[in-house]
Amino acid sequence: MSGIRLQGAGRVNRAAPVSFTFDGKAYSGFAGDTLASALLASGVTLFGRSFKYHRPRGLVGAGSEEPNALVSVTRGAGRQTPNLLATQVEIYEGLSAASQNRWPSLGFDMGAVNNLFSPVFPAGFYNKTFMWPRSFWEKLYEPAIRKMAGLGEAPSALDPDHYGATYAHCDLLIIGAGPAGIDVALEAAATARRVIIIDEQAELGGGALSDPALWSWLERSVKALAEAPNVRILTRTTAFGYYHDNFIGAVERQTDHLSDVSTGRRETLWRIRAGEVVLAQGAIERPLVFAGNDTPGVMLASAARTWLNRYGVAVGASPLVMASHESGWQTGFELAEAGIKVAAIADVRPIVPPDLLSKARTLGITVLLSSAVTEVKGGKAVRSARVASFDAGGIASSSQSIACDAILMAGGWTPSIHLWSHSKGTIKWDEALGAYLPDQPNENCRSVGGCAGDLALGSGINVAALLTDRDPARIKAFVDFQNDVCAKDIRLAVREGFKSIEHVKRYTTNGMATDQGKTSNINGLGIASEALARPITDVGLTTFRPPYTPQTFGALAGHHKGALFQPVRKSPIDAWAEEQGAVFENVAQWRRARYFPLGAEDMDAATRRECRAVRHGVGIFDASTLGKIEVVGPDAAEFLNRMYTNPWKALEPGRCRYGLLLKEDGFITDDGVSARLAPDRFHLTTTTGGAARVLNMMEDYLQTQWPDLKVWLTSTTEQWAVIALNGPHARAVLSSLVQEIDLSPEAFPHMAIREGRICGVPTRLFRVSFTGELGFEVNVPAAYGREVWEAIMAAGAAFDITPYGTETMHILRAEKGFIIVGQDTDGTVTPVDAGLDWAVGKKKPDFVGKRSLARPDIVAAGRKQLVGLLTEDPSYVLEEGAQVVFDPDQPIPMTMVGHVTSSYWSEALGRSIALALVSGGKARMGETVHIPMPGRTFRAMISDTVFYDPEGARLNV
Amino acid sequence: MKPQRRQWRTEMILIRCPYCEETRPEIEFANAGQAHVARPVDPSTQSDADWETYLFVRANPRGRHHERWRHVHGCGRFFNAVRDTVTDKFETTYKAGEPRK
Repeated sequence: MSGIRLQGAGRVNRAAPVSFTFDGKAYSGFAGDTLASALLASGVTLFGRSFKYHRPRGLVGAGSEEPNALVSVTRGAGRQTPNLLATQVEIYEGLSAASQNRWPSLGFDMGAVNNLFSPVFPAGFYNKTFMWPRSFWEKLYEPAIRKMAGLGEAPSALDPDHYGATYAHCDLLIIGAGPAGIDVALEAAATARRVIIIDEQAELGGGALSDPALWSWLERSVKALAEAPNVRILTRTTAFGYYHDNFIGAVERQTDHLSDVSTGRRETLWRIRAGEVVLAQGAIERPLVFAGNDTPGVMLASAARTWLNRYGVAVGASPLVMASHESGWQTGFELAEAGIKVAAIADVRPIVPPDLLSKARTLGITVLLSSAVTEVKGGKAVRSARVASFDAGGIASSSQSIACDAILMAGGWTPSIHLWSHSKGTIKWDEALGAYLPDQPNENCRSVGGCAGDLALGSGINVAALLTDRDPARIKAFVDFQNDVCAKDIRLAVREGFKSIEHVKRYTTNGMATDQGKTSNINGLGIASEALARPITDVGLTTFRPPYTPQTFGALAGHHKGALFQPVRKSPIDAWAEEQGAVFENVAQWRRARYFPLGAEDMDAATRRECRAVRHGVGIFDASTLGKIEVVGPDAAEFLNRMYTNPWKALEPGRCRYGLLLKEDGFITDDGVSARLAPDRFHLTTTTGGAARVLNMMEDYLQTQWPDLKVWLTSTTEQWAVIALNGPHARAVLSSLVQEIDLSPEAFPHMAIREGRICGVPTRLFRVSFTGELGFEVNVPAAYGREVWEAIMAAGAAFDITPYGTETMHILRAEKGFIIVGQDTDGTVTPVDAGLDWAVGKKKPDFVGKRSLARPDIVAAGRKQLVGLLTEDPSYVLEEGAQVVFDPDQPIPMTMVGHVTSSYWSEALGRSIALALVSGGKARMGETVHIPMPGRTFRAMISDTVFYDPEGARLNV
Repeated sequence: MKPQRRQWRTEMILIRCPYCEETRPEIEFANAGQAHVARPVDPSTQSDADWETYLFVRANPRGRHHERWRHVHGCGRFFNAVRDTVTDKFETTYKAGEPRK
């Protein structure tokens, strides 16, 4: 085959030549060309290598159904897009495209050796051969197969392009702007309905673009739609998925057809909610299955018609038509009328409509009925075909070789029901079309035109695979070009016991990969149906899933990447910390200062200094991220009494209490110190990460279990800035700043709250401690947070006040054995397991989770319990998450009895400390356990969880 | 606590909030499990088996399913819904406390 550009034909702009390269070689085409049409017009036949056998492949289709011509387009660093269809890539000045899956070159591909060994690559070959031993799969087989059978390469550089997303709402969404879609749009344009019509191509028209008789109608129609104020036209836009309630995802490609890559956003993800959806996706012509049908130059008749009429390219000087359907004859006639010598029209049917015969005779085209191509000669381009005639019994009676440079397949039409199926509309088999059609809708949706089976393309018959005069088990008659699936592979799969079409698909890979079976599904189904000796309707159809065609990750990610991947929550003091050079960490969505290095300090040095400051002087810590809930109402105490394990009714106003929250299954889900401000008002705190979860849980019980309780819950997390002061000098620092509150130990004991002012700002001042030192938590309205923080810093300068971060906070609390929910607990830890049974109100008749604490599994012996660990080597800090065993000499795999949950260097103790969950740990105080690590096993002694100041003397100052 | 991964979501299903009396996209709502599972008035009287059933045993029907949703990014109310698990279509939604539909 060698394509020829015909003078005067097609819609390309001959006045606008365009230069580009393919595999490094320079070519030219015209504005309006795709990469495929320009290369075809330049005589290129070879577009790619097949997936498995590396066979040379050419164009089969002319649009999004193309299975072979996958290319990569490179537009600079990070702008490499693999697996584009040459039939959809619009050329522009300077386009640089490359073929894929070949080495060292497209013309000479070492991987083609697979083709010689194809008898050892049957269906399911990979499954059968490379499954064992398992380690070989990961290290040897999978990388090798990936290299040999790869499609395009993913880019490794960061994508510099900009992607957007937008919402749209309309009364009517039309998907597909062929004649059927345009007709619906024109009708709706005359109403008051808001209309959106989208099409994947650069211009509206669909099939009409390949039919010059419709061009004047098309021009008028497009003009009318463009002028209609209620119609939005989206071209280069692919509706890739149809979701619930008429929600359609579509991607608009805005810059890929332009030379200049820096002209704004590359793609837009459209999220469209439509009152009604009209699907006008058209139909795709079916290939015919015969030996050698994958030779470059064998293509769909409809594609040849598009090349001819739309792009002015004749696909060859002497094409042969192989048809089971009238549409192939029409393409033959149009080529002949354009001056091309059609080698012959072969048709599998013994009888065809007489008007076809008479027109063929008029045009001087040889006609061969009851015939089929049984062999194709030619490697990288068709040279000739052997056409055999068959008698009524399917036996070949004669055959002849016909010289030709292209073979045009016309096997009937498959309506595109992809989006209909996404919408969960039912489908029904149409015997005449030999295809599935939309049946009952599941959404407010209808199909029109070709995708509804409304095809004015003449008649034909449906054949799964053409008859052959050769051994069907020894020929390569391709069903799925992209995945190298032959008819015999599907028959083999059936013989090996696969009966479900979904299993046949996955075993043979028919209909998988980027084209998702657009040309192969129905032929594969027909062959499976024959092999199973069951009607097609019993065999079913594989499920269509989004996306209709591959889409970029960039379009789906939109702005949600890099710094915008997810929201970053910052406390009112965050900017101060940043100015001080704090190192941050993410805690849930919060950005928190982890430590404040001085000079060249690393984290270890900084946290040691920060820890010393808190234990011996005073430290200041931003605790603003703590979750906060204001609980108000006459039943507030009763409500908290039911939610938390602790008793709340007797708590006096002005006092605080540590609250422990379980889920109904008895496991710890949150904790925090809460204060009673008044008989009907509490200030709750939750963990930083648990705030939303806790509020949701409380709302759930309040709204649905105890709606009779008069309680209001309000999230106040972001209303308060919380400044924690800890250390022996904490009171002294505050004394000069606080008004209306007596800070003396007698007037303001540990676990109390007072309301007053600090620096003139209203405050809720807690006397609480998460460090074991004298501690205060200054709550001020968030807007005053930084001002008050800086005032405290200034007042504290005389005491060498030291800001500390979350790392030091973690160490100090671990020295005191205070748990962090989610670190020392994991959703399977009860209050008893965590050593918090003191926080459970024994006399309370009920609270959330109480009943579960009496379940047999919860009271059973041997549960993992939170204990301390002191390593034999005091300088070694265990790794958090390390597994604990009792007997280090047992055979592998060892019985793991727990794991390290928290582990730090304790500056106060001058040694390492750790918390761990260990089976039956509380009864094993003083025993030695072992922590096997790569290269060495460490010994540690089980201890109490409180390592520092167990009497709590440092709090009572 | 580690950073949370952001889930890629669209807002596909439309849900009617019986409190707001508005039909809004799914992204405003959060599923809250099976509906009409009442917490026993006095859990201490429950046998282990009954309590286990209350805690863990849930329906998994093919077809009509009564479930709870919360208009978490709207009015914040919990409500009940009947959804078809095959088609994902909402048959109706109704306020918490109203009888099973």
